[in-house]
Amino acid sequence: MLSFAIRRLLQSMLVLFVMSALVFVGVYAIGNPVDILINPQADQAEIAAATRALGLDQPLWRQYWNFIIGAFTGDLGKSFAANIPAVRLIFERMPATLELALAAMVIAVLLGIPLGLWAGLKPDSVSGRAIMAGSILGFSLPTFWVGLMLIMVFSVWLGWLPPTGRGETVMVLGVPVSFLTWDGLAHLFMPALNLALFKLSLLIRLTRAGTREALAQDYVRFARAKGLSMERVVRVHVLKNIMIPIVTVTGLEFGSVIAFAIVTETIFAWPGMGKLLIDSINVLDRPVIVAYLLIIVLIFVLINLLVDLAYTALDPRVRLAGRST
Amino acid sequence: MIAAQAPLREFTAGFARDRIAVAAFATLCLILLAAIGAPLVSPQDPYNLAQLDIFDSKLAPGAKAGAGFTFWLGSDDQGRDMFSAILYGLRISLGVGTLSTVVALALGMAVGLTSAYAGGWLDNLLMRVVDLQLSFPSILIALVLLAVVGQGVDKIVIALIFVQWAYYARTVRGAALSEKRREYVDAARVMAFSARRIVFRHILPNVLPPLIVVATVQVAHAIALEATLSFLGLGMPITSPSLGLLISNGFAHLLSGRYWISFFPGVALLITIVAINLVGDRLRDVLNPRLASHYGA
Repeated sequence: MLSFAIRRLLQSMLVLFVMSALVFVGVYAIGNPVDILINPQADQAEIAAATRALGLDQPLWRQYWNFIIGAFTGDLGKSFAANIPAVRLIFERMPATLELALAAMVIAVLLGIPLGLWAGLKPDSVSGRAIMAGSILGFSLPTFWVGLMLIMVFSVWLGWLPPTGRGETVMVLGVPVSFLTWDGLAHLFMPALNLALFKLSLLIRLTRAGTREALAQDYVRFARAKGLSMERVVRVHVLKNIMIPIVTVTGLEFGSVIAFAIVTETIFAWPGMGKLLIDSINVLDRPVIVAYLLIIVLIFVLINLLVDLAYTALDPRVRLAGRST
Repeated sequence: MIAAQAPLREFTAGFARDRIAVAAFATLCLILLAAIGAPLVSPQDPYNLAQLDIFDSKLAPGAKAGAGFTFWLGSDDQGRDMFSAILYGLRISLGVGTLSTVVALALGMAVGLTSAYAGGWLDNLLMRVVDLQLSFPSILIALVLLAVVGQGVDKIVIALIFVQWAYYARTVRGAALSEKRREYVDAARVMAFSARRIVFRHILPNVLPPLIVVATVQVAHAIALEATLSFLGLGMPITSPSLGLLISNGFAHLLSGRYWISFFPGVALLITIVAINLVGDRLRDVLNPRLASHYGA
């Protein structure tokens, strides 16, 4: 177990290093940010001074070297546009994104597992079919368009919910959160629902498939034959067995929820780091783009690592398979 | 696999047993025809400025145009008929989605077959690259790529290819590895056929049918991804208005209650994606009966 964990950790660090090089070279190959940031009437000397001030006159390898040294000390450069450290800019925006992503995951899990279970237990009933049809729709609906339609119905036509922004926040342990105020909750509901839709469909399908598979197993038939109630069989025998894949997928999907928040945040003008990324791409604010990508790569690598380790701990079969190789 | 080699008639009969899939297929054909025949079907050439009239702008669905025809789906802020714009947008969306999927399929297939047949360090290296790429969501990869290479139709096709190839590479490698162990490959080797001949004439034909089914569904993904990127302002340039760009244009008018500029292109996008998904699902079930019993009807 320990050797597996160490090997996995080294692997993660290698991924992080490779990605940082790719991201740096990729992003720093885009046009010249000086053209965008400087006054168009600036003369040659001013342009040269600005280039030097931003460190863009040095060779690429030198810039990367400075960048790596900086990265280890938590300094990923200053935002060209805001003139404050890129990392600070992202950390300021991160709580909003995390809150949105968590809210979306909660909606997806709380609705997805019961609905999937129901559809798996009664696959031929009208309700079961309706749930599956809904999940197909959820897979097919383009997320951004659903967001627009939500705004149209709930904000423009009904006027129930505010279309954009984050609303009133409260500080909890030094982090601003919006789900504790009515105003914040009203702002959070639509974006979270929008972001949850795809994962909700995924969880419904996963739970349904797992349930149907488990129901056909001998241990379920045996439990029924013993005279246990269907409710107990489902709760103890079925749910327990399908939980491992569901927990894994839910964990792994959290990273992708954060990535997809880019779209949702743009629609609802939610002040998270996804919207920051789009804004930064539009003005070619390289340090922010690079910092965002590195932080999200770090989040992904950490999630993958944690899920792998948790999976190994949860499921003895994985552990045994790992030992034999 | 067995069904794939059975006569075409049996295959069509299997497909036709699901009425929803047949309806989806008919819808898809209709969409394709409408997209291809857009200049003939649409009442207006939406990008010929001479045919646009500013007095017709932002009209609600059902209003009459100055030129005599009816805006069944309304008009946008430049007096453009939304129905015509959607037909022209479909052409671009379908074209980009299909092109990128076909190229990605070919590329992924080449990598996957190489990996499966060569084995060793090359296989290891290629699969690590694939793993690395697949561990990140496609939207993130496409965004970064577009941020690097800039905008344009060619750029977005490249981004969509880049996002998809790894998936095919892994699928092909898996399928090819299991085929490689079959007797007919041993037989071909005994006959001293070249590696290239074995890969292309023996393994490839057996790997291809399930892959084409996967690709069908992937076209829908590619179209949705393109629309999303265009909506974010990083996809199509204004000169190639895909459905995503139409929806994005309508966003500005949504808050003033002019829903139709965003709504109808979205509906067209949705119908296209659902139709492709349903047809793809059915194809998979018919071609692979084992999967069908596993996932249910």
